[in-house]
Amino acid sequence: MDGIHDMGGMDGFGKVEPEPNEPVFHAPWEGRVLAMQRALGYAGAWPIDASRFAQERLPPQVYLGASYYQRWALAMERNVIERAFAGADELSAGRALRPGNPLARKLTPDLVKQGMTRGSFYRQAQAPARFKPGDRVRTKNIHPPTHTRLPRYARGRLGVIDLVHGCHAFPDTVAIDKGDNPQWLYTVMFEAKELWGSDADPTVKISIDAFEPHLEPA
Amino acid sequence: MARHDDHEHGSELSETQLRVRALETVLTEKGYIDPAALDLIIEAYETKIGPHTGARVVAKAWRDPAFKRALLEDGSKAVRALGHESRVGDHLVAVENTPARHNMVVCTLCSCYPWDVLGLPPVWYKSAPYRTRAVKDPRGVLADFGVKLPGSTEIRVWDSTAETRFLVLPMRPPGTDGWSEERLAQLITRDAMIGTGLPKRPEEVA
Repeated sequence: MDGIHDMGGMDGFGKVEPEPNEPVFHAPWEGRVLAMQRALGYAGAWPIDASRFAQERLPPQVYLGASYYQRWALAMERNVIERAFAGADELSAGRALRPGNPLARKLTPDLVKQGMTRGSFYRQAQAPARFKPGDRVRTKNIHPPTHTRLPRYARGRLGVIDLVHGCHAFPDTVAIDKGDNPQWLYTVMFEAKELWGSDADPTVKISIDAFEPHLEPA
Repeated sequence: MARHDDHEHGSELSETQLRVRALETVLTEKGYIDPAALDLIIEAYETKIGPHTGARVVAKAWRDPAFKRALLEDGSKAVRALGHESRVGDHLVAVENTPARHNMVVCTLCSCYPWDVLGLPPVWYKSAPYRTRAVKDPRGVLADFGVKLPGSTEIRVWDSTAETRFLVLPMRPPGTDGWSEERLAQLITRDAMIGTGLPKRPEEVA
């Protein structure tokens, strides 16, 4: 979706301000949010791309006004409610009022180590890769109303295949519960002037990781 | 809801805190999560998982050409073979800085970051200023970090738009011949492995 989250190349947000000696969490609740996300991921409550899509669906003013972990919390509430694990009334009441949809697994202390290892997104290839390093490609001009990994600033642009990463679960369908739909994944490199016009810095190159359905030969 | 700068004070803090507590209580009562497991996850991020892992990887690559080749060939496999506390998942790609090319990593869509080797991303990495500008004005972003590269150096920005995670392999500073991995690791900052910084100079760690 063409949401506020897809912000690459926008102007006006000011300087980057690193925080010296930044703590891991700025408040205890941030850690609880992160840990709940990990635990629910292990439990198979919803795929990580559905968490991302839930954040993207936050109203732009909420998205920009919230801190990072506040966005996570809001997205988690949304998924919990939409997937009938709990009702809005229960979250308001702060207690369970009825059983929710069952989950197959639960992250208990003895399982934390494996529960924290990142899963693999490799999937069995359904067909040979269409592109190889050095191939010229054009990204598609698409504007799906749902989650997509093709950022706006790199749509309809001419690039070159730099790396081939194998066949991966396709976030654009995973996020909307339409399955892994495995696709080849590539790093596609663009000259800055292809993305930002002829005044762009000629020494800058930008790459995205692009899934095969987002690319066509050029 | 408040921005993180406001967390320390005010009623909005309590609103977030209360909402998060309510969520955890409901999910716990329904049997979906175990608070004791959450404690362990938080503890791991606070005490075990962090940029020290990445720094050891880079230091080893600086000293050991065979390891460096393996790292650039298959980052996940090479790092996993080191048997670090933080278990490294798939899809780690190491990208090497050279005199001709400087690499910088961003996630314009959200916050993708090589957590298993660098820990949780800093707030600035997840912020709109970095996400908007890194792909359009990387030299300007580097200036925000006090980094100025020669005008002839190519800058390559990697936007992490899939599950691939990029780790920058910075250049080894001169004057470090014969240094041990432990000593070299002290030079390697988190930002140097994101590409918004450079390793410390030997005299900075004495």
